[in-house]
Amino acid sequence: MATLTITESRYTELYGPTPNYTPAGGWDSGEPDKLVKTHCCFCGVQCGIQLKVKDNKVIGFEPWEEFPVNQGKLCPKGVKRYMQNDHPDRLLTPLIRSATGFDVASWEKSLTKTVAAIQSIQAKHGKDSFAFLGGASMTNEKAYLNGKFARIALQTANIDYNGRLCMVSAGAANRMAFGVDRAANPWSDIPLAKVIILTGTNLAECFPILTDYIWRARDNGAKIIVIDPRITPIARTADLFLPVRPGRDSALANCILHVMIERGWVDEKFIAEHTHDFDKVRELVKKYTPPVTEKITGVPAKSILAAAEAWGTAETSMLLHARGIEHHTKGVENVLTYINLVLASGRIGKPGCGYGTITGQGNGQGGREHGQRCNQLPGGRDINKPEHRQFIADFWKIPEPELPKQGLTACEIIDAIERGEIKGLLSISFNPLVSIPDSNRTRAALDKLEFFACIDPFLSETARHADVVFAGSLQEEDEGTVTTGEGRCVRLRNSVSPPGNARVDWQIICDLARRLGKAQWFSYGNAGEIFTELTAASKGGPIDYSGMTYEKIEQNMGVFWPCPAPEHPGTPRLFEGGKFHHPDGKAKFHAYEYRPPAEDVDAEFPIFFTSGRVVSQYLSGTQTRRIGSLVDQYPEPLCELHPLLAAKLGIADRDLLKVTTRRGEMTLPAQVVKSIRPDTIFIPYHWAGKKAANQLTNRVLDPISKIPEFKVCACKVEKFADAPGRNLITK
Amino acid sequence: MTSELEFFLDPSRCIGCQACVQACAECGTHRGHSMIHLDYVHRPTGVQTAPVVCMHCEDPTCARVCPADAIKQDDEGIVHSAAKPRCVACSNCVLACPFGVPKMKVEFDLMMKCDMCYDRTSVGKKPMCATVCPSGALYYGPRDYVEKFRRETPVNEFRFGRETVRTKVNMMTAPQMKALPFDVLDFLPWEGQDFDPLSLARAGAPDAAGSAVWDEESLPSSCGSGNCACKQQPEVEEAIAN
Repeated sequence: MATLTITESRYTELYGPTPNYTPAGGWDSGEPDKLVKTHCCFCGVQCGIQLKVKDNKVIGFEPWEEFPVNQGKLCPKGVKRYMQNDHPDRLLTPLIRSATGFDVASWEKSLTKTVAAIQSIQAKHGKDSFAFLGGASMTNEKAYLNGKFARIALQTANIDYNGRLCMVSAGAANRMAFGVDRAANPWSDIPLAKVIILTGTNLAECFPILTDYIWRARDNGAKIIVIDPRITPIARTADLFLPVRPGRDSALANCILHVMIERGWVDEKFIAEHTHDFDKVRELVKKYTPPVTEKITGVPAKSILAAAEAWGTAETSMLLHARGIEHHTKGVENVLTYINLVLASGRIGKPGCGYGTITGQGNGQGGREHGQRCNQLPGGRDINKPEHRQFIADFWKIPEPELPKQGLTACEIIDAIERGEIKGLLSISFNPLVSIPDSNRTRAALDKLEFFACIDPFLSETARHADVVFAGSLQEEDEGTVTTGEGRCVRLRNSVSPPGNARVDWQIICDLARRLGKAQWFSYGNAGEIFTELTAASKGGPIDYSGMTYEKIEQNMGVFWPCPAPEHPGTPRLFEGGKFHHPDGKAKFHAYEYRPPAEDVDAEFPIFFTSGRVVSQYLSGTQTRRIGSLVDQYPEPLCELHPLLAAKLGIADRDLLKVTTRRGEMTLPAQVVKSIRPDTIFIPYHWAGKKAANQLTNRVLDPISKIPEFKVCACKVEKFADAPGRNLITK
Repeated sequence: MTSELEFFLDPSRCIGCQACVQACAECGTHRGHSMIHLDYVHRPTGVQTAPVVCMHCEDPTCARVCPADAIKQDDEGIVHSAAKPRCVACSNCVLACPFGVPKMKVEFDLMMKCDMCYDRTSVGKKPMCATVCPSGALYYGPRDYVEKFRRETPVNEFRFGRETVRTKVNMMTAPQMKALPFDVLDFLPWEGQDFDPLSLARAGAPDAAGSAVWDEESLPSSCGSGNCACKQQPEVEEAIAN
């Protein structure tokens, strides 16, 4: 049973998060031994940065102005990202759970224990009773290796990754509409656009570097249209702001298309020559009139008309979206209805014309390409397609029937643990206790595991439940590649070796595989050998890296896939000449009716709840909650609510609130601001335990992408002092 | 210092991310202390933030009011933090600066302020804050670039009553426009209205906003887009397949 053996506060004392304020060697550590040109470890921009290294420790950074994407620019997370390698919380040895928390253990003992547990659980309950959870903050090499390890060494169908909480709605919709899952344009197209729609993307806080691209477009005279329930920093100076009610995005997009069709602002020639199924959409959107849609979405009809006019008549345009429209039980449908706007305009595949999704995770793009998803094999191949299965089985030299079938997705794996069907788990770079909705259920599920092992550089809140913790590597302690949100594969350089007795992640995976009797598939001498194999495995697949080498990537400051041959320069812009990636070369419209979220407001839970990020924290905070100056910037979650709602509830700024949903409750301070819809509250999700917003969120999944509905559920809000049962305490 | 590079400050581009604050502390001579200021203008009403670096006045008021002659301006026009051996921690400079830049660091008994990353700019590098700023609110580069690509106009002359202050740092001001730009608040249907934030909440409502709307009789018969053919409001369909 993977239960905690000491109190939560004792784990925090022993393993953090401890806010670290001082670089390795202090502020006067002198000149570095070397400057390493590499990339930030956080979001999908993957900013170029130079790390200062002295005595095998990262002591600081220097901007890398030659890297073309960010030209030296960084967000606060990037500035302080170097403070992890010499951090007091850094795991330096393997750990094995004991009555006093964890005991320091040898590699031999922890590997032996883990392999014995895998074999015993699988012998008793079948191969699929042991699951693997990976992450999209890891390199392409590790994403490939995780998939291969699960299929060949564990022989389990149940491998998935935390991108299931992030990019999968966009990915599925992109494949359905375009036949390929990648941003259509390089970001250098953004400043060339005359109209930009940003929908469901808090771009300035989650992807700060692109702000400059948006502002440069505005300098060129572009109109910026922002669609969001909150006035985020990028919305503040928008030309048009559509304050959409949570969970109504597809209705809004259908209405914009309605107006475009009525006014003749669609490119009939492009639609006829390069797309399918527009007639179904034309029919469907007829009823999404602005007055009706105003009622559904809460967006004034005149604003919808203005947006349709700006978009419909634009000369050049880009549409960008993120989790705001994707984190829904209709996430895929939301994305597809917005893609309809792009296809109907005909403005895609040209300079300054196109579409993109904002990738939240460092390798949000590459992490979903190389086979660590339950339904995917390397090269973006489909695990359910016989010819794709055969190709990879032959490539790996295993009989095709031995290749596991499609398994469960990330949230479904947690559900299956809860039901007792999955008994064992190996997790790397994933903190589901913070990041999966309904965290009280996640905690109970972890407690039920017969065996749980983690590979992590820090002890996350989830890893506290582990039987064995392997001290793995930070991004700067390994090398490899990641693929950024624009589809550019960039090179990460090894800055230092892992401290103490910690080891590089992929070596740990290979060691486990060897002990599981699969040495011949996992005998890599370095990360470069994994990359060479990954590129070969991708040859001829939907996601083709076969023309890439480390040298080529370095020389070109990144290479965009598809890159199918050594002499191929890569493909920064997709769909040029209206050529899409479906077999017939055409794109597809999708007619999706608006439908309500899984849980809507009612008399008992009358307020919309939505969650998201702040600029100073990254994902579940496993890394950024340990960096002191980032912690100080936004120390703990606040509940944003509008003064109209606050007045109705008798709440003042910084009052303590109790927020309750059908899953749980949390107590936190109010931040009364006019920058949010009055019928909606917002809480950022980066914290654990009683500060976790995911105690409240709803674990219902999109039927196609299996992404949970983080962005809308129903809640009630009370002043803590007025909450039932609280009077005794406060009086 | 490379004299053709200048500093341009444009709060209209600022997203409040604090990359500048974090990076300022990383400048070699700042040793973990940030000298730049970044504040919300008024968080209750919006997310506008304003970064403030030292404007490096031609005739710096802070230096003029210093009784200990601790604040020096160098040949490049950079006004430095108070010199430790001279500063008497009187805070005259803190009170006198028209831009609110100098701050008394009580732990050191010393006034410290932005020195435009002198250790970097003096060897041809850009200041930390303007290098990392992801929005271009802090820009360090040639004036040509700003004049060619930015809509806003740089100024470096400020009038405080009858006193004119000329600065090394430029502030970007609103572009010449025929009409005032939109205010985001114009798009909020609840602004100035009698708006009930709980209007959708009612017992047993599966989708308070969505399901009732299609059969609302009071809706206008045309979509309002001007030349629209649609007349009827079809019934809502149930959740789609898949």
